[in-house]
Amino acid sequence: MSHFDLAILVIDENAVRAAIIEDGLREAGHSHVTVVHTVNGIARVIEATRPDVIIIDIENPNRDMMEHLFQLTRSVSRPIAMFVDRSDSASIEAAVEAGVSAYIVDGLKKERVKPILDMAVIRFNAFSRLQRELEEAKSALEDRKVIERAKGILMKLRNLSEEEAYALMRQTAMNEKKKMADIAQSVVTAAGLLM
Amino acid sequence: MTTIDHPDIAAPAVTSGPEQTHLRAGFIPLVDASVLIAAAELGFAAREGLTLDLVRDVSWANIRDRLAFRQFDLAHMLSPMPIAAMLELGSNPSPTIAPFVLGRGGNAITLSVRLFEAMQAMTGLADDASALDCAKALATVIAGRKQSGMPPLTLGMTYPYSSHNYELRYWLAAGGVDPDRDVRLRVVPPPMTSDALAAGAIDGFCVGAPWNMVASEKGVGRIVATKQDIWASSPEKVIGLRPDWAERNRDSVSRLIVALNASARWCDDPANHEALADLLAQEANLGAPVEIIRHVLAGQFALDAKGNRRVVPNYFVFHGAEANCPSSTQALWVYSQMVRWGQVAYSPEAAATAASAFRADLYASALGLRESPCEEAVADPFIDGRSFDPAELEAYVRSFGSPNQGATA
Repeated sequence: MSHFDLAILVIDENAVRAAIIEDGLREAGHSHVTVVHTVNGIARVIEATRPDVIIIDIENPNRDMMEHLFQLTRSVSRPIAMFVDRSDSASIEAAVEAGVSAYIVDGLKKERVKPILDMAVIRFNAFSRLQRELEEAKSALEDRKVIERAKGILMKLRNLSEEEAYALMRQTAMNEKKKMADIAQSVVTAAGLLM
Repeated sequence: MTTIDHPDIAAPAVTSGPEQTHLRAGFIPLVDASVLIAAAELGFAAREGLTLDLVRDVSWANIRDRLAFRQFDLAHMLSPMPIAAMLELGSNPSPTIAPFVLGRGGNAITLSVRLFEAMQAMTGLADDASALDCAKALATVIAGRKQSGMPPLTLGMTYPYSSHNYELRYWLAAGGVDPDRDVRLRVVPPPMTSDALAAGAIDGFCVGAPWNMVASEKGVGRIVATKQDIWASSPEKVIGLRPDWAERNRDSVSRLIVALNASARWCDDPANHEALADLLAQEANLGAPVEIIRHVLAGQFALDAKGNRRVVPNYFVFHGAEANCPSSTQALWVYSQMVRWGQVAYSPEAAATAASAFRADLYASALGLRESPCEEAVADPFIDGRSFDPAELEAYVRSFGSPNQGATA
């Protein structure tokens, strides 16, 4: 049995991240992959899929529920928590940083599982990066919106041209060592209070 | 400074370097992490030359694994966790010792208001009924449900190796309910208990503070028993360490115990409860409403949302009555419950292993005590009138009968 025959269960409440992992596993040639987004009814899923490897988000408090489940069901025989190789502190660090935890059926050779966990770590990280970029893009958009509004207020109240209003805010931001979006926000807030 | 007398002799491969004084401590946001949080944030650790970095976590499984994998140097743990670890139970057992108990108390059992009303209707249970009477009334309701073919009730607890699991089971059994056959037990993360109860996903639960109070003040739950009602001497959370780390950092372990001891004394003083409540309420610590934490620290219970109240003296004991000393009696009692419910088999060797998790010797030597002060202080009565004598461990374990076939929760 090659490591592609391993049954893998991914439990992740974040559907997007779960899809990213599932893609990665399938691209790597794994065909027995099951993905669930909730731990409700997880006992039945485990019973039906008999996973060799379970990957679960480390921030999921339901890990404690899984521990209890392993006591109750015999379908996962003595799952080992988290990491294949306890001596490899770099990979442990990487997995925790990424937020991956895993259970592996006792007796599985570590060479067979390591690529799966490494892949999960890479994909978890890729997802975090994606999320960060999305948030940055979102906040850049918000910044632009508030700067536009502040510019409009300054133009109206102080009779400035668009360029002058922009230059005034930029100069103020530099003088006060603040971000231009913060200055713009103060203008909008103050205008809301005063008008 | 070291001098090399024999430069031709190679230095040993492993030298005992300076001890670690900057420690990473994992904790779960619960009131019983008070002593650890106050030690880190109010200067008790700094006074002993230690820096404690607190890292908040979301599950006991994470706490266990991150301690085992050296991401934490010490951790806030459920008292049965080091014992389970020494007995190699669970999915990642790694040797763990407890040289300090963070206190007693804090747990309670809450049932849904609907279930409590059914108990009152069937048995005439009074509003101020005792914990034992509540358990018996629950047994009556369960028997009634069974006769009319209704599905078993589901009760939540926190972790298979938790005081909550054993206390809930002890209380149920004291009332005549078989926790493996008459009800379904499942793990529910504490912050989710009150919502799970409101949604009808569970019919009751046993967790630590402040979650019982949260459910009762919301009007979804009725508190029916506290840890004190079941066995007041029972340890709650402990500080867990890796024994090899403790061996290499003996001095730091001593300082840690001294710092925790001073912090525990401070936390125990009601005059400091206002400041402690403010500290705990902070987002980075518990992030729970300060009024509820104040009530919890004072042991003032809103039993339900109808105004039934109860004051539990010593609901939290952070320091008094030798609450910080890890007693082998406590460890052996936890072991007896593990045997009782089929998590582990009884043997004198396993009992010795279980007892070795609680290190009263480290506690006593750090505080300059010649003898361990623990054993005298754990003689509180049990809810069912039994008593526990560690010298009669085997007879005690046998007195519960053999564990249910196949029941391992």
